[in-house]
Amino acid sequence: MAKKSATSTKKHSGKSDVQQSLTRSSLLNDKQRIDLLTNMIRAREYDYAMQRLNRQGRAFGGVYSQIGNEATAVGSASAMGKEDVLFPMHRNVGGHYVFGQDTQTLLINQLAREGSMMRGTDGTGHYADTEKRIYGNISHLGAMIPVAAGFAMAARMRGENIVTMTYIGDGGIQTGESHEGINFAAVQKLPMILIIENNQYAYSSPSSVEYACEKLSDRALGYGCFGITIDGTDVELVYETCKNAIENARAGNGPTLIESVTMRMRGHAEHDDFFYVPKEKLELWQKKDPVIRYEQFIIEQGIMTEKQISDLRTSIIEELRAAIDYVVELPFPNADEGYKSVFVD
Amino acid sequence: MLGEDIGTYGGAFKLTKGFIEEFGSKRIVDAPISEAAIVGAAIGAALNGMRPVAEMQFMDFVTCGFNQIVNVAGTTAYRWNMGVPMVVRGPSGGGVGANPFHSRNSEAWFAHASGVKVVCPAFPADAKGLMIASIRDNNPVVFYEHKGLYRKIKEEVPEGEYIVSLGKARIVREGNDCSVISYGSAVHFALEAAQKLHDEKGYSIEVIDIRTLVPFDEETVLQSAKKTGKVIIVHEASLTGGFGGEIAARIADKAFEYLDAPIKRVAAYDSPTPFAPTLEKAVLPNAENLQKVIEETLNY
Repeated sequence: MAKKSATSTKKHSGKSDVQQSLTRSSLLNDKQRIDLLTNMIRAREYDYAMQRLNRQGRAFGGVYSQIGNEATAVGSASAMGKEDVLFPMHRNVGGHYVFGQDTQTLLINQLAREGSMMRGTDGTGHYADTEKRIYGNISHLGAMIPVAAGFAMAARMRGENIVTMTYIGDGGIQTGESHEGINFAAVQKLPMILIIENNQYAYSSPSSVEYACEKLSDRALGYGCFGITIDGTDVELVYETCKNAIENARAGNGPTLIESVTMRMRGHAEHDDFFYVPKEKLELWQKKDPVIRYEQFIIEQGIMTEKQISDLRTSIIEELRAAIDYVVELPFPNADEGYKSVFVD
Repeated sequence: MLGEDIGTYGGAFKLTKGFIEEFGSKRIVDAPISEAAIVGAAIGAALNGMRPVAEMQFMDFVTCGFNQIVNVAGTTAYRWNMGVPMVVRGPSGGGVGANPFHSRNSEAWFAHASGVKVVCPAFPADAKGLMIASIRDNNPVVFYEHKGLYRKIKEEVPEGEYIVSLGKARIVREGNDCSVISYGSAVHFALEAAQKLHDEKGYSIEVIDIRTLVPFDEETVLQSAKKTGKVIIVHEASLTGGFGGEIAARIADKAFEYLDAPIKRVAAYDSPTPFAPTLEKAVLPNAENLQKVIEETLNY
């Protein structure tokens, strides 16, 4: 665990570099490793499917690719306990899978079809599923940080030992609400973890437009909480870092800011051709692909064979296809839904 | 309950004096100067089974928590079919020599937001009954307490559990010659003007306190408009985009054939609320200029 009011670089400078080998965490067994890989492949394949649905005109609105973010999303959510609560952001489909969400439910919601949890009032990952302990974000960046803090505070008042985990980006962390939320959590020593997904770009804006400090986790010093910057493409490192932060928070020591450095491998959303990202940079990060590298790691460690991974991917793709075939035939919600539930009873 | 200086200090207006001794520091939370965090944390607590009350030290500062109220809390029922049983309350309004940043009447902003209830009590008993109803409501409520009324208006307040349902206007003075529709501080100068016109000229003026903007008790207002045929709407908030415009439109739409005069609005001049007493008095509505408009309407 990082020292209080200090940051640790742990293998990463906060800027892009190619890391040689992946972490093998002593906190994980091989079954858990297979789960990590499975959820990362699910997230990746879901992403490819959404890209296709978007090109086909079936997925409208914002389609936000999470390619490059799988290790951060899956590693962090996997470190959470059975009672813990997830406040994901828009590139965290891997976290939804970890928390037990199924592809069909995600698709119905994303394509705004009849039976959507949000009745067609909203899409993307903005939904909440209380049974699965998932509370989605809104588009205003940083808005859910104080909400996740308040959720944790209410649990603590009741004597429940839960941790909330929420996410923000290298752009979103610059909002006032982010600052207020982190400070509040730090002052109250709330069991909340904030993952700063530093994927190098806020829409088209590089980090140089967004912040002047060396590492975003440096801010932990100012808040008087814990902070650490890690390689966000190394799933077991993400897992181990989050696990330690979660247990530290659960012990009453307050929040941790975890800057997880990744690269957004596509545009802000699918309409964006990301011409502003230098090709060399993408090529460099391509070598750090979190899914491909972890597959290799799993094979090298003798946990699964190449054939087994290939079969796993095939079954995930088949499940996705079945869900897509079903969901695209569903009608849009009845227009009357637009008039319902502005208030609850 | 969360807010700035609400614990040991007892609140800027001493509304929470003694709370921390009675309820403890776990339930009465002194928060940093972070309105977005105060409201946001209240929303998070509400989503997790609590019924939090968030204090804005002055209701002017609700602007700093605006996003949380309208975009997070105000859309949750619609998007998630889930309640956010939270009250955001604080002192609002002018006439006390504050300044543009301690005098704002911003209730119409939230009435426009869709998904937020808006409560503006004018009397101590209503303040109690509406507050209990607001805390028990499963939706976000923004609760405006006019600071000029805090120590000015005295009345008996019912003991124990006393609930005034949201969305029920109250006829505070019955009359037949015209209807004055108001809420908050304006109810008091409406009553003052009505009494004067009764004493001096024998007019019978009905005064209605709508008490809550959202939900809006259209029925009571329409009934009164149909009965008297002449309507004056008065609020302390500025004119353009004020809630009076909404009330006027509903009456024009649904009681037009009953009207014997144009619907008139009395409101603050469209400016920030100024500091110097001379300027503030000029800008804010009062019993005298209301009385003038009532008389013009009666003589139309």
